[in-house]
Amino acid sequence: MRYQRFILYLLLSSAALAMLAPLFFMLSTSLKPMDEIRDGSLFALPHAPTLAAWGKAWSGACIGASCEGLSGQFANSFWIVLPSLFLSVGLGSLTGYALSSWRVPHANLLFGALLIGLFIPPQVTLYPMIVLMRELGLYGSVPGLVLVHVVWGLPFVTLLFRNFFQTVPGDLLKAARIDGAGFLATFWYVMLPLSLPVFAVAMILQFTYIWNDFLLGLTFSSPESQPVTVALNNLVGSQFGEQEYNLNMAATILTALPTVLVYLFSGRLFVRGIAAGAVKG
Amino acid sequence: MMNAQQPPSAVTLPRAEAPPAGRRRWWSASTAAKIALVPAAVITAVCFYAFVGWTVVISMTRSRLLPVYNFVGLDQYRRLFANERWWTAMENLAIHGTLFIVGCTLLGYVLALLLDRATRGESFFRTVFMLPLSMSFIVTGTIWQWLLNPTLGIQDAVRDLGWTEFVFNWIVRPDRAIYTLAIAGVWQQVGLCMALFLAGLRGIDPNIWKATRVDGIPTWRVYTDIITPMLRPVFFSVFVLLSAMVLKSFDLVVALTGGGPGFSSDLPARFVVDHILNRQELGLGAAGAFMMLCTIAAVISPYLYVELRSPRKEA
Repeated sequence: MRYQRFILYLLLSSAALAMLAPLFFMLSTSLKPMDEIRDGSLFALPHAPTLAAWGKAWSGACIGASCEGLSGQFANSFWIVLPSLFLSVGLGSLTGYALSSWRVPHANLLFGALLIGLFIPPQVTLYPMIVLMRELGLYGSVPGLVLVHVVWGLPFVTLLFRNFFQTVPGDLLKAARIDGAGFLATFWYVMLPLSLPVFAVAMILQFTYIWNDFLLGLTFSSPESQPVTVALNNLVGSQFGEQEYNLNMAATILTALPTVLVYLFSGRLFVRGIAAGAVKG
Repeated sequence: MMNAQQPPSAVTLPRAEAPPAGRRRWWSASTAAKIALVPAAVITAVCFYAFVGWTVVISMTRSRLLPVYNFVGLDQYRRLFANERWWTAMENLAIHGTLFIVGCTLLGYVLALLLDRATRGESFFRTVFMLPLSMSFIVTGTIWQWLLNPTLGIQDAVRDLGWTEFVFNWIVRPDRAIYTLAIAGVWQQVGLCMALFLAGLRGIDPNIWKATRVDGIPTWRVYTDIITPMLRPVFFSVFVLLSAMVLKSFDLVVALTGGGPGFSSDLPARFVVDHILNRQELGLGAAGAFMMLCTIAAVISPYLYVELRSPRKEA
């Protein structure tokens, strides 16, 4: 039995090592000067760790014509994510609530239609969406990006909340009704306190999805509203001559940092959310 | 999952207020529910269904930079099917899709089984395995592009260790670049499969384990003969999930190989976006997009059928 446990933990540890190694190499490369990267080995630790590449990635790297680093786009990402997050979770939770707890004609039809929408690849409706954004005068702006994130996030958030609200006993709703609570009051005073964990899960997952988005940022942003993922891709792809790998790796870590921190601090809630509604690729 | 049966004391109900006698009857709470559904209904009808229809219409026109409505029937589809780059992309989708789905499912299941047996350190290992999930595909692509770079990455590092003949230059080889996509993709998403399988394993009735212990069935036989068949629905959802993901794969291929060398690692999603945004071939791009939709419909219709027929009672 003892050797079985040994093998078990050996396998788990090697898998963990395989998962962490790329991240470790990324971190160690970001701390090396270019000479060391060129002449040394990937596996070697940095001799004299320096944060120079980090500073450059933040405020001095050239992306296209401007050399101001990723800080501006990093801020853009926050300006895109925060309103998108609140709007999509707000609208999605209300929709899920109305669909699950109220008798509305054709509610199942609408839910089915939304669920199918979850699987429509964004590429299919990309061009019509561009036209819509242009007609609304929002193309290339932060509000435009917020709107497209709300649209594409709606099916997922609705699914999450609808499935949860369906488990709430109908008697509870009836009691609220008898006490004179209407549609919004029931939502606010009964459903919302019950569903705080689901709210947390929805917030965490939407934050991750919206921050990590690339396609919508690429399509609907202008240079002024570009999110950091698009900037990172441009930074890595647009260097002429020799690539500055320490810079690329520092920029990559900066881009990944907010969602990694959210993940590390949210722990179990993230796992729960994945299990509850991982459907959104 | 979620515990809905929280004590009612956790709920603050507003004090009862008698409805005013003269309240107009057309305004009821369910009217409010209907109004609340208007944004969702409009978004669904317009941004999903009308827009899919619009794309289909465009795919039957000669539109290039802007949509023009001179219908040419299925000409764009003929062009698409005669397009070599499209077929490379479809073939790549098949290769990448198979490797990614099989790799993720298999490794994810093995990791979940190991974790199911582990008595200690479960949360540590789970955190590590799921860490890449929190990152963008662009981040993953950039990391692996660097690791797979033959002159600086893994190949060079292994040569430095003494194996001077070691070759791992797939990312620059047109016939191998597509395989690197699956390496990065599995690294990123294996944690998702693990989490779903682990949830499935935890949902198994403990009495089954007791019964098998009484019967003296070896642990591995319990897993192969009893537990794995019981998890069939989880395998099914994992498959649907990964298929939907792989079909939309765009970011990863852009960041990892840029579809190259040449178009050797191109994927349909990238083909479509490239033709719509950069090549001013709106009609052709729309035809490709519609083909993507057909592919995904073939995979998910059984899933939707099951999901919509029996509304789940548990979150």
